[in-house]
Formats: sequence, structure tokens, C-alpha cells
Amino acid sequence: MSTSAVAVAGRGGLRFYQTTVGKKAVMAVSGVLLFGFVLVHMAGNLQIYEGPEKLNNYAKLLRSVPALLWGARITLLVMVILHIWSSVQLALLKQSARPVGYVKKETLQASYATRTMYWSGPIVLCFIIYHLLQLTFGAGGTPFQEGDVYSNVVQGFQVIPVSAFYILSMILLGLHLNHGLWSLFQSLGFYHPRYTKRIKGLAAALSALIVAGNISIPISVLAGWVR
Amino acid sequence: MKLILHIWRQANAAAPGKMMRYEAAGLSEDMSMLEALDVLNEELIARGEEPVAFEHDCREGICGSCGMMINGVAHGPSRATTTCQLTLRHFRDGQELYLEPWRARAFPVLKDLVVDRAAFDRIVAAGGYVSVPTGSAPDGNAIPVPKDDAERAMDAAACIGCGACVAACPNASAALFTGAKITHLALLPQGQPERHERALRMVAQWNLEGFGSCTNIGECEAVCPKGIGVEVIAAMNRDFLAASWAERDRVHAGA
Repeated sequence: MSTSAVAVAGRGGLRFYQTTVGKKAVMAVSGVLLFGFVLVHMAGNLQIYEGPEKLNNYAKLLRSVPALLWGARITLLVMVILHIWSSVQLALLKQSARPVGYVKKETLQASYATRTMYWSGPIVLCFIIYHLLQLTFGAGGTPFQEGDVYSNVVQGFQVIPVSAFYILSMILLGLHLNHGLWSLFQSLGFYHPRYTKRIKGLAAALSALIVAGNISIPISVLAGWVR
Repeated sequence: MKLILHIWRQANAAAPGKMMRYEAAGLSEDMSMLEALDVLNEELIARGEEPVAFEHDCREGICGSCGMMINGVAHGPSRATTTCQLTLRHFRDGQELYLEPWRARAFPVLKDLVVDRAAFDRIVAAGGYVSVPTGSAPDGNAIPVPKDDAERAMDAAACIGCGACVAACPNASAALFTGAKITHLALLPQGQPERHERALRMVAQWNLEGFGSCTNIGECEAVCPKGIGVEVIAAMNRDFLAASWAERDRVHAGA
């Protein structure tokens, strides 16, 4: 009786990440961590309604332990890279998997959000870059005072194009999350005839919450409620 | 009844193809889509033209041979229906229909509306089987199967491998097909010994054939003539991830 190990690789020579299912799992895990950040980031930023002192102290608190700050930043950066890298590879695969398209093609049940994932993602990325330039590096062309987050936000959002781009980006982020937040369960192998419906509902509610919470800030600034 | 048919004509796999316009007259609303093509072909043959090639076999919705895009929808407008079971009463007299072959790199067009779906056979060959002892036949029902599992396995096994899921998918993904085959066997006790290996091998084969990735949008289940839902894709993902994790046992056992 042989005691040697099975010699043939189960994946026909493909490693985990080389498979589409592996890439989608990476996309799901990185996506859910990025969503966690977006949720906490919004919750923290809503302290703007409690006045300058509260928000600026919160900003100071976040930077009080450099190891944690950089740990979080590096983790997020790695997640962003994994999320984008896997999606770019799958987008390229999509191109090659159907070299000749249809003369006529109908969409039966794919939602608007799912059909715009490849658009909403890159636009949100552009937004994140500008958002960091504006409010972290002070290079966004709006007034910037290191440490005075409150004034930076208020003065930044008083510029209408900046607010408009912010609101547009949040709506796209909401659409992106509307699909991504339930799709990640499917990618990681969880489907249930009862709970998947609820997960879809929860995903829609959470993405609406993110959009509403975040765009309330530029709207409040433009309306003069926060000054 | 009359139909205006715009059909993809392509002489062979290497030749370029194009859409051609035909008028099919003398149809009855009780005819199937394939019978409409039969009528058109008889006319084409009588005129000395090349008839439209399309794949067909059982014409009762169980073989998976027929299948074409009809006005941009795989198997046409009637849900959970194969092209051969689609009757013309779903269309208006004089309606224009666009008939195109499945489009995917892994499904090369052989002629007109016929594509080569051998990629599906290779996915099944990679792991869509169970080991059985040779020798005397085992007793019937010796292995108990819970009723619900048997039903769900049967639902997945209803897949006829027609390729509509790939055709409808914007990514040309074979996720629904592969998921159906994996789920069908994973739900049954007979499928357990190869369960992990099967998920790894069949997913790999799907990828190696050049099909795209699944983006969880559900166009496949909307066109599946057997009404197979995206649950089978989640089940496949689950088995694949579990198998990838369990592979560590082989890493340690390996020489």
C-alpha cells in the first residue's frame, strides 16, 4: 500500500489566487475591511455637529498613538491595493472572455449598482485621492490649517465644486456598497433563501446610511447650519 | 404568421460572420422557434442557399443542445424555457428577431448559431464524477439520503449544460454551470469522498477554459431554462474555499 502523497495538484497547477473564486474572496475580504473603515470614519466625522473642539480633539486622539495610526493606514492601503488589483485582473479577464460581443443584448435582472461597479470604483478612488490631498496633506486648493480639522472641512465644503464632487462620490460609493455588501457573502460562500434577502436589505440600508451621513456634512456647510 | 429574422451567418470557425436578414413566412404560432428555422431552412434549400445551422437534438427541453440569443436574451423571452420549447405565440406577427450564437471565448462559433461547448465537458471531466466500487452492484437505497438533500441535489442536477448562463453573463462566466455540477454531487453522500478535490479541479478547469469570473449579478439564473439559482454558486465558492483550506493536509503529507 502506497503512503506517498497525492501527486496531482487539485487546482490543475493554479494557485488559490490564480483562480477567479480566489480573487473574489480577496475582493470580498478587502472590501468588508474597507467598509468597516468607511463606517467608523463616518461615525467619527459626524462629531462635526458637536462643534470644533469635539471634532479637533477626536482628530488629535486618532493621531495620539503613531503605531496604531500607521498600522491602520498601512492596513487600509494594502486592502485598497488588493481590492483594486483583483478587480483590475477580473476586469481584464472579462474583456478576454468575450472577444466578440452581441448585436443585441438585454439585461434582465442585474441592478444598476452591479452594472456600474467598474465605474463607481475608479471614481471613488479619484475622490479618495483628492480627499487625502485636501484634508490630510492640505494640497486640495482649499484653506488648510494643520490640526484644525473643523475649519478645514467647513472652509473646504464652502467651495461648491468640492462639495458637489464629494456628494457625487458618496452617491457612487453608496451604489458600490449596495452591491458589494451583499455580494461579499455570496463570494465567500454564504447563501440562504431566507437570509440572503435580509442581507440584501441590510446592505441597501447600510449604504443609504453611509450616503446620508456623509453628504449631510457638505449640505449642512452649504446651508450654513455648520459654520 | 411571419417573422423577420436577423441571423448570424458564419461559414465556419475561421470565417468572419455577419448578421443576415430573412423573412420567414407561413409560420404558425404553435410552432417552436426551431420549427420556424426549419421552415426557413426548407425555403433556403429550395432557393439553393445554405440553410442556417443550429444545434438541436431532443426538442423537448432536456438535452441542452439548442440555445441561441433571441433578441438579446438566451433562449428568448420565456423564462425557464429552452429555445426548442419556445413557441412563436410569444411573438407578434411580423416581429423582428435577432438570433445570435452564444458569445464566449470558451465557446467558439463553429457555424452560424452552433458553438462548441466542449469546454463544459472538460469541466465535468475534471471532477464531476463519483467513485464507485466495481464488482457486484450495491443494494438499492443502502445509503440513506435525506429527502431535502435529494430534492436540492436534483434541482442542481437539472442542469442540461446548454450554456445559456455563460451566454447571458456579462463576464461570460461558467460559475452557474460549474456550481450546479459541484452542488449536485456535494449534497449527496456518494459525492463526499471527492468533494474537496472536485471543487478545486472543476473551478480550475472553468478558469483554464477562459471563462470569466462571477460578479454575483444573477443574469445567469434569469435565463437558466432549468431555473437553477445562484445559490449553487455560493455552494461552489464555499466548497472551493474549504478545500483550499483543507489542502494544508496535503502540504504536510507531501514528500
